[in-house]
Amino acid sequence: MAEITFNDIIKPENLTYKKSKLMTDNVMHYCPGCGHGTAHQVLAEVLEEENLQERTVGITPVGCSVLMYNYIDVDFQEAAHGRAPALATAVKRLMPDKFVFTYQGDGDLAAIGTAETIHTCNRGENILILFINNGIYGMTGGQMAPTTLEGMKSSTSPYGRDISMMGSPIKMADIVAMLPGTCYVTRQSVNTAGGVRKLKKAIKKAVQYQNEKRGTCFIEVVSNCPSGWKMTPVESNKWMEENMFLFYPLGDIKVPAEK
Amino acid sequence: MEKELRLMKGNEAIAEAAIRAGADGYFGYPITPQSEILEYLMEANPQTTTGMVVLQAESEVAAINMVYGGAACGKKVMTSSSSPGISLKQEGITYIAGAELPCLIVNVVRGGPGLGTIQPAQSDYFQATKGGGHGDYHLLVLAPSSVQEMADFVELGFDLAFKYRNPVMILSDGAIGQMMEKVWLKPQKKRSEEILPWATTGKPASRPRNIITSLDLDPERQEKFNFKLIAKYREMEENEVRFEEFMTDDAEYIFVAYGTSARLCQKALQLARAEGIKAGLLRPITLFPYPKKRLNELADRVKGMLAVEMSAGQMVEDVMLSVNGKTRVSHYGRMGGMIPTPDEVLENMKSFIKG
Repeated sequence: MAEITFNDIIKPENLTYKKSKLMTDNVMHYCPGCGHGTAHQVLAEVLEEENLQERTVGITPVGCSVLMYNYIDVDFQEAAHGRAPALATAVKRLMPDKFVFTYQGDGDLAAIGTAETIHTCNRGENILILFINNGIYGMTGGQMAPTTLEGMKSSTSPYGRDISMMGSPIKMADIVAMLPGTCYVTRQSVNTAGGVRKLKKAIKKAVQYQNEKRGTCFIEVVSNCPSGWKMTPVESNKWMEENMFLFYPLGDIKVPAEK
Repeated sequence: MEKELRLMKGNEAIAEAAIRAGADGYFGYPITPQSEILEYLMEANPQTTTGMVVLQAESEVAAINMVYGGAACGKKVMTSSSSPGISLKQEGITYIAGAELPCLIVNVVRGGPGLGTIQPAQSDYFQATKGGGHGDYHLLVLAPSSVQEMADFVELGFDLAFKYRNPVMILSDGAIGQMMEKVWLKPQKKRSEEILPWATTGKPASRPRNIITSLDLDPERQEKFNFKLIAKYREMEENEVRFEEFMTDDAEYIFVAYGTSARLCQKALQLARAEGIKAGLLRPITLFPYPKKRLNELADRVKGMLAVEMSAGQMVEDVMLSVNGKTRVSHYGRMGGMIPTPDEVLENMKSFIKG
């Protein structure tokens, strides 16, 4: 059998996925195998397909995705650590016709920004919160996050997370789902083609609910951190499936009644 | 609403003036002695008239970050608090300064440190004028000494904030916030519908995306930005210094005081003149930029300056820097919510004169 070369595969007819027009040409700073790039692409696809570029304001967090504004071609505000939902609250209240989203990691959303997350959801602000949960502080070099699993090692839990000393990992999606202000809470992933499609569907729903002013949409993406977890991308995805998905099961947690 | 004369508390005057100035949003959190601002706005409910958004946030931290988000959309937004709350806001304020956004922050100062008291003080001068949060930056600081100025400085503050794309602070205190005076209110201004070119309002095809950030990981570019900020502050020093003088023409000794202390010094000045002491008063209205030049000029022909503040001695350092050793400078202050009497101030001037 003749050897298949790279050029044999990379042909327009073989491409299932293409780069969204809203993704810029800037070189991403994310580590190889990290889920952030895929999550960005899925979000950009939805913004493009829903013609949202002209009315989107995104809020970036502090953490690995702090420079997200370099990668997606929409207006962006860069918040202080944990404060993105407060910025988004004001943006949406002052300009109710805009599509407003925050994109936050677990340290940002579930530790330093817990108050902003809870109260923004409790007020039912008509925004989308996209929450990337990889159970670690990636940007600062792999410290323990509020979502770090029991026994999981990090640079600040070098012997593994001891819940008697460090508390249990926190399930933010389940917490905000209890608040009347949220209308749609779901947990997704981007480790498989199927997961990517489901996330895209979820973001599209969030766009629809925001247009209908139905309350806060909260989409958690359980993701990996090959560098922080000290694994190869393949190993990290396997570990995520075998460990993270057990504690953070995928699927809808709260779905609004269809109109 | 037409021009109108009303009897109001300083805090209420700020709230009413904000509506009339065409503010787009107010984001606050209750704290004594300034809660009337949020209460007044909630009762006035301007969302139904001018469309102004009023929101009670979950914390001072959230409130200032709402201001950040609103300011980044080019909207006329503000917050208010009192000393402990302003400390919490410092994170947001430095981001706003770093992102070069316009906004108005009101500090109705109470005694500190810590939870301190709920009575008036002027002990947040350093925090207001020297930066307050981390990094090299300044706020433009206005110091009202009457209820009328509480109202007037709202619109002035917004104008200056947008002129320089810089946060502006009204540094008041519990006395001016709580006392009632008559105040002329300006007629209602329409809220602006202008879309500012730098604001994040959704990217049309006609321009590149707007990014509001205070982050630059390249130290050379960050330093250039720091120089740009310095140039902006120099421009403020050139154009925006505001102050008021009383009887300085033939004065041998000068009180330097702002806000409530300036009101007390006006009375002390009368008492001094009645006793034949040639006293004068310089009242800084902008605390940053500070009236350095004018104080330096006056230092050439007076025998001394007495800074009177409700603090342990903060503004007095700027008086000393302004006169640069040309004349004697001293300080008299009460703290912890105590307000000096004019007699007390006069007695201190007398002992200062004796040397």
